[in-house]
Amino acid sequence: MVGEQNKMKGAKQALPSILVIAVVVGIWWAAVVAAHSAIFPTPWAVVTGTVELAADGTLWEHIGASLMRVGVGFGIAVAFAIPLGLWMGWVRGAFMTLNPVFQILRPISPIAWIPIAILWFGVGNASPIYLIFIASVFPMIVQTTVGVHTIEKRYLRAADNFGVTRKKLFLQVVIPATLPQIIVGMRIGLGVAWLVVVAAEMIALHSGLGYLIIDSRNAGNRYDLVIAGMIIIGLIGLALDGFMRLLEGMKIVRWRYAH
Amino acid sequence: MPTKIEVRNVGKSFPTDNGRLEVITDLGFSVDDGEFVAIVGPSGCGKTTLMNIIAGFLAPDTGAVIVNGVERNGPNRKGIMITQQGSVFPWLTVRQNLLFGLPDELPNRAALADEYAALVGLKGFENNYPHELSGGMLKRAEIARALVVKPEILYMDEPFSALDALMSLRMQNELLRILAKEKHTVMLITHDVEEAIHVADRILVLSPRPARIQASFDVPFAHPRKLSSPQAQALRVAILKELGVEETI
Repeated sequence: MVGEQNKMKGAKQALPSILVIAVVVGIWWAAVVAAHSAIFPTPWAVVTGTVELAADGTLWEHIGASLMRVGVGFGIAVAFAIPLGLWMGWVRGAFMTLNPVFQILRPISPIAWIPIAILWFGVGNASPIYLIFIASVFPMIVQTTVGVHTIEKRYLRAADNFGVTRKKLFLQVVIPATLPQIIVGMRIGLGVAWLVVVAAEMIALHSGLGYLIIDSRNAGNRYDLVIAGMIIIGLIGLALDGFMRLLEGMKIVRWRYAH
Repeated sequence: MPTKIEVRNVGKSFPTDNGRLEVITDLGFSVDDGEFVAIVGPSGCGKTTLMNIIAGFLAPDTGAVIVNGVERNGPNRKGIMITQQGSVFPWLTVRQNLLFGLPDELPNRAALADEYAALVGLKGFENNYPHELSGGMLKRAEIARALVVKPEILYMDEPFSALDALMSLRMQNELLRILAKEKHTVMLITHDVEEAIHVADRILVLSPRPARIQASFDVPFAHPRKLSSPQAQALRVAILKELGVEETI
């Protein structure tokens, strides 16, 4: 009963946004028809273009290539940022030493790293993976450090009171207390990683959704495929964020988001 | 009864923008083994500071706290603190919270944790997370987590103040029931005179800041106590008078 009511409520809440999307598509369609544009595609052309790409398999290759690069670059960044952020959060000296360096590196757009990435890693997969790493590592370091710094004193005090080992203090207090902030950092990091992979693929390489967009324009002004690529990027980005949001539903972090 | 805790000429001040603020001056008393001592005092008089010093979380500027004949140097698991805010870890289940203070090499630690969960009436909630519990149940979990490590002393700083009046009274009775089973030395800080009369063997009244012991009252009534009895009411009036509240019966 309640589940069904929630479903009804969910459908009702989704209705306005579906309407907005329908209106945007309608205006787009009408504008293209009215302007008699030879290059700018109608929504229907985008749909047929997408079907064509999906049918010959290239679409899946591009999606797979982009996701692989994000997966590897983001994975390395997580493995690097979380231990480092925990260390910087816990050890004051480490924070004082490293924080200024990261604060200077953090505002540099990952796009600015492209020439250096090409110089160091060439035009293979390593370059975009490096750019994704650079883009996503700093937000995760910062959030993890903030997470450790904002652990409520009463919990540290309780751990102190029970006189537990350092290992137990870290595994059962510091890390779980920081986990909600780590997840926020990972959400931000993955979002930035997805932005950057597309930009990086526009510069070099022969696969990926960024490559698809640039290649479709260069190879005969296939703007239907350009827009198809853009929409697919948006949808996958939404799915990735939804996936990260699932982490917020874990029981071990629910205490932070429940209130 | 041997002396369990001796607070010897303790003084503490904190730096402020207008010079040092004297919070506690030359304060001394002692607590016998197994005794339940309540400390009442006007708000802001330094009760919590005193408790933090006695429990070892704060070092006194002058004087010393001697527990079991040894000068206190930092907190330890022989004396567990329970505060108003509570410190049950929200990311651990009830059972995991109870296991937290138990050494990993202890045999039967899981059974011990469940035994104490049952003792405080949390049987069936061992796998629940704190946010799934009510305020009263959360307090029970905190008391169980403290008791399971078999501490010699419980330090309770306004433990039930965040609960509503009815739940606070229930928890006081619950605490007495548990203490009847396992004898502990207890120090309780409260602003609630009736709570102190209900549970304590002795009540110390602190003066306004800088805090010192202003008066000491024995509570000679047998448990279960009736706060409505004339003796209890007379004691209440006497304590309130020390706190500067005049009241007639």
